[in-house]
Amino acid sequence: MADLLPEHPDFLWRNPEPKSSYDAVIVGGGGHGLATAYFLAKNHGMTNIAVLEKGWLAGGNMARNTTIIRSNYLWDESAAIYEHALKLWEILPEELEYDFLFSQRGVMNLAHTLGDVRESMRRVGANKLNGVDAEWLDPKQVKELCPILNINDNIRYPVMGATYQPRAGIAKHDHVAWAFARKCDELGVDIIQNCEVTGFLKDGNRVVGVKTNQGTINTEKVGLCAAGHSSVLAEMAGFRLPIQSHPLQALVSELHEPVHPTVVMSNHVHVYVSQAHKGELVMGAGVDSYNGYGQRGSFHVIEHQMAAAVELFPIFARAHVLRTWGGIVDTTLDASPIVGITPVENMFVNCGWGTGGFKGTPAAGLTFAHTIATGTPHHLNKPFALERFETGALIDEHGAAAVAH
Amino acid sequence: MLLISCPNCGSRDETEFHYGGQAHVAYPENPNELNDREWAEFLFYRDNTKGAFAERWLHSTGCRQWFNMLRDTVTYEIQAVYAMGTPRPAAAPPAAESGTASTAPDSTTTGTAGPSIAATSTATGTASPSTTAPEGATK
Repeated sequence: MADLLPEHPDFLWRNPEPKSSYDAVIVGGGGHGLATAYFLAKNHGMTNIAVLEKGWLAGGNMARNTTIIRSNYLWDESAAIYEHALKLWEILPEELEYDFLFSQRGVMNLAHTLGDVRESMRRVGANKLNGVDAEWLDPKQVKELCPILNINDNIRYPVMGATYQPRAGIAKHDHVAWAFARKCDELGVDIIQNCEVTGFLKDGNRVVGVKTNQGTINTEKVGLCAAGHSSVLAEMAGFRLPIQSHPLQALVSELHEPVHPTVVMSNHVHVYVSQAHKGELVMGAGVDSYNGYGQRGSFHVIEHQMAAAVELFPIFARAHVLRTWGGIVDTTLDASPIVGITPVENMFVNCGWGTGGFKGTPAAGLTFAHTIATGTPHHLNKPFALERFETGALIDEHGAAAVAH
Repeated sequence: MLLISCPNCGSRDETEFHYGGQAHVAYPENPNELNDREWAEFLFYRDNTKGAFAERWLHSTGCRQWFNMLRDTVTYEIQAVYAMGTPRPAAAPPAAESGTASTAPDSTTTGTAGPSIAATSTATGTASPSTTAPEGATK
């Protein structure tokens, strides 16, 4: 902690005018869109492609998340894709030639009720069977790992233990986006900012182009990576998604000396806390209950989150909230993402990552690129198809998602 | 924090309410005839409108009654509050960003009146919101 940050970089990518046609267009220039473009170029040789971003690069949820990376999900399908993501996180700084400060300081998921304890122990067992590093900690071990945590019995929801994944951690999210963007640019991908998609051109049921505020772009394939705005794009294209967009808020304190050595998440009292490399305490909450596209939520959610944080970490009582913000998260009813084909030919969708999309960035990019390039899903994203809502093969990760929604 | 005009109790803080998702989703009339696709639509697919959205709310720590609300999902402006079982009122034209405070008609500040319907509602008094069950659950 308190590591020296990399110097502010020079311009890392061009800002080209859009060409009249591309082999593929990715809608959404956040982490997932950039990772998808990177793997399309690197793994599938598709370099005549563009990433369209309606605002500025990585200014949506990629700039608004709490940067937590872990893979301790319950079900086999989730463990496979998130663990693959974690393994990619471990090699990406070298591959992208950019140290985005991936810090494997571990993540703790606290248990506060007997139900939590049982569910958590079950998840540790499931993780071990899937080759995901996981252990169960009793309150004393929790205290040893994170001395500032209050493990007394006299609080409303005492800490009864925690799951711990040592290989989990945090990374600098903006640097991750820049790392992908620079490599994309080197490989010939056009990154086009301030380019909002306003409609799609279709030939029958096949997408053949994208209408934007910078003109019409013909393309053979379209990949949607628009998180909270996925439903809006799907509606333009003529299909529906089982997604609800909610505000999700987070905040930071002023800078402090390193006091928090790991990442602590609590599903039950709705707070998750880490300390950024610079020294801010970074905290996230549960989603606001109502649907919202406003990139802001209600203040009582912040109050609730602060109450939980101060009870768990009495040392935070005198810290100040420096800044709060909200993103728009695309939640599904089974708290698992949707990565795959759509009812529109040659249009593909990557969405539904909800409250946990940052950690999935490399695997989303890898599998979505494979899906776009070949027209068929990668084995890792096959279970996360849209059709699971018809077949009933849901992947219920509400327990492991750790953010209530 | 939204300030929500409960039809029975008047303006109360959002923390007194529970969100019920999209309004006007009826249970299928002939459930036996639905195929998997249609069941998926009923169970898992809800509108995710950017703009005026008709949704259900429950005043869980007040009168414990359900009601419907028309709210802009971008500005969060509350445009109408109306009884369960009555049709959706017309959406107001999109408003400029105006903060999260509610601007819903508030005609029930005394909290003693019976079901009070926003002026934009087309209800004619036939509905009985205090006994109307939610039209389906989303969460």
